[in-house]
Amino acid sequence: MNVPALEASGVSKCYGSTRALHRVGLRVFPGERVALVGESGSGKTTLLRLFNRMVLPDEGAALVEGRDVAGEDPIALRRSVGYVQQEGGLIPHWSVSRNVALVPRLRGMDDPADRARIALEGVGLDPDTFGGRWPRQLSGGQRQRVALARALAARPEVVLLDEPFGALDAITRSEVRSAFAALVRRLGVTVLLVTHDLQEALALADRVAVMREGRIESVASPDDLRSRPETPYVARLLEKADVR
Amino acid sequence: MSPRATVGPVLLLLLCPSLSAQISRRPLVVASKPFAESFLLAERFAQALEARGLRVERRLGLGATEIAFSALREGDIDVYPEYTGTGLLAVLGEDPPADRGAAFRRVSTEFRRRWGLRWLPPLGFENTYAIAVRQATADSLGLESLSDLARHGATLVGGLSPDFIGRADGLEGLRGAYALELKEVRPLLQAVKYRALAVGEVDVIDGYSTDGQIARYPLRVLTDDRRFFPPYQAAALVSARMAEDAPDAVVALTELSGLISEEMIRAWNRRLEVEGDAVAVVARDALATLGVLEATEGSAGGAPQGPAAVPFLSFLWNRRVQTLRLTLRHLLLVALSLVSGILVAVPSGLALEGRRAQAEGAIRAVGILQTIPSIALLAFMIPILGIGVAPAVVALFLYSLYPIVRNTYSGVRDADPVAVEAARALGMTDRQLLLQVRLPLAAPVIMAGIRTAAVINVGTATLAAFIGAGGLGDPIVQGLALTDTRLVLSGAIPAALLAVVVDATLGSVERAVAPEGVEG
Repeated sequence: MNVPALEASGVSKCYGSTRALHRVGLRVFPGERVALVGESGSGKTTLLRLFNRMVLPDEGAALVEGRDVAGEDPIALRRSVGYVQQEGGLIPHWSVSRNVALVPRLRGMDDPADRARIALEGVGLDPDTFGGRWPRQLSGGQRQRVALARALAARPEVVLLDEPFGALDAITRSEVRSAFAALVRRLGVTVLLVTHDLQEALALADRVAVMREGRIESVASPDDLRSRPETPYVARLLEKADVR
Repeated sequence: MSPRATVGPVLLLLLCPSLSAQISRRPLVVASKPFAESFLLAERFAQALEARGLRVERRLGLGATEIAFSALREGDIDVYPEYTGTGLLAVLGEDPPADRGAAFRRVSTEFRRRWGLRWLPPLGFENTYAIAVRQATADSLGLESLSDLARHGATLVGGLSPDFIGRADGLEGLRGAYALELKEVRPLLQAVKYRALAVGEVDVIDGYSTDGQIARYPLRVLTDDRRFFPPYQAAALVSARMAEDAPDAVVALTELSGLISEEMIRAWNRRLEVEGDAVAVVARDALATLGVLEATEGSAGGAPQGPAAVPFLSFLWNRRVQTLRLTLRHLLLVALSLVSGILVAVPSGLALEGRRAQAEGAIRAVGILQTIPSIALLAFMIPILGIGVAPAVVALFLYSLYPIVRNTYSGVRDADPVAVEAARALGMTDRQLLLQVRLPLAAPVIMAGIRTAAVINVGTATLAAFIGAGGLGDPIVQGLALTDTRLVLSGAIPAALLAVVVDATLGSVERAVAPEGVEG
């Protein structure tokens, strides 16, 4: 295959005396959807945030499209990578359209408003109905859809998602999840998704990386993971998630 | 505080006309401390100078001995009435000699040698501690002197000020000098002491020998036959500038020397404190009595206080122009200090937000400023900034920092951290985050800090009267000194209304700056 869209090689990261990542290696290829699963504190969010330089590694390197992020301008890098977090993080005093148009505007694109409309339609929200609303006038599910639209409005090659459906109730969650799955498939965007929900990882990802105490325990396709768990820990996780 | 922090207010002050007027040739500045007798003597000095055709400016009611004395030493004022005992004890820190001539010679030489200040010859009376009993008690026990009192002390109850009970030259000293032991000693405040004595709750009180209240009740002041109390002769204390450049003024004030007896000053104090006559009027009558001034001379300055019979509302109405002027001055003090406070505190709060490790400590250090008593802070300013508007504005500026820094810091820190984090991860620069996200979200919180500072400053600015900065504190200080409640209220009511108006106005600004789309 060609150059990985995202690559971590031998990455370690400590916060004080706590070791968040220990010599982690991972490759995500263009158009691939990879899920990072693990219990809280396993290092999955830290690993994700290496790729938009929100975290710098103590050792090793994080590469985006073959380039070490340590050598990149962090502002330009972040504008080129989509990002969604659990609580959405919409700017509360900006309208929905203004929020969605953020990255196109930061990148100096000609038509941020049009791109915002297209992105909203892409996540199943009518721009005429929702564009003028304040974030607080939206339901939780609508808010996460807007956050997805914001991450994708500038058509990045890569999108990083940190528990994007984690705060939603079960029904909304599956709705937003399938809207998301359809969209990323259509756009062909590379996805790195952090989740603590193994079921979600298995449903959305081409490959699932199980993390434990700062290391990657196993990387496998959903089918392989289910049928041939590599370690007893992975087997226990599958057991607990009731997916075997 | 960094030198840079003072630049704001100082620059603003340069634009302020009343300060630049001080730089040019200014009239003689007559000042007083904040009690009735000091007001009266100062007003008398002022009128005597005016009768000679000299230009006079009044700065009556300066906060305390330290403030009046520092202002004189720094040349911000030219003359105020002082007492030899106070000069020795409070300024020189020496034990006064018992002999009044020796005491006067000592302050004269020392003040002149150290600071070039002149004590003009004493006015004639002494205002020392006075131990008083009811006339009836004095008659039945045959009390004339403190030695007599010591013989009957075991049967009498004392009502003494807490200050007097504690001081070495108070009750302790009396015990030593006269072997005085009272049956019981109750701490009483000045305000209630005379009444308590009159109704027989207590038998012996301490007061001041020229107190107007003494003339009001049938009391006998016992003589200090062993000359225990330090001499407190009243005299004009004059600045070096006036002593050198205005010989005619010195002559005019010297003419008052030796003319005023204790009976006279007591009667005049009584007119001020008990009958509520205006300072200017009593001073004019006094000068006329002494033959220094024609009785027909018009009064200048001073508050136009009617006799107590004028209804309160008419009293307020009659003062409306003056009240408006004082209110505007008050607003000027608050506005100058608040604007400089905002210019310094908002950027400081933002800078601290970027250094959170140091922020709490730094903000707490600013908070310590808040705990400095206003009078102490004002007195501290005099050697640097003199008296008047400048030190008042700087003091108020310092008081305004804490609420604004605190709210700016926490407002920006707590402005939707999740949204800020997401926006940063999507590539907003720190500057874009600050200007487009964090400051708009923090604006109502910052505004609330500014509002708190403004209301505090409206209240604290009343104390600016103590250092001659004017404002609504003027009638409050004057009224307290003269026990004139209506005068106090004529300053306190507008000050309270001003605080309410300022609060409401800034409250609506606070709502106006709240960003749309965010729940208030």
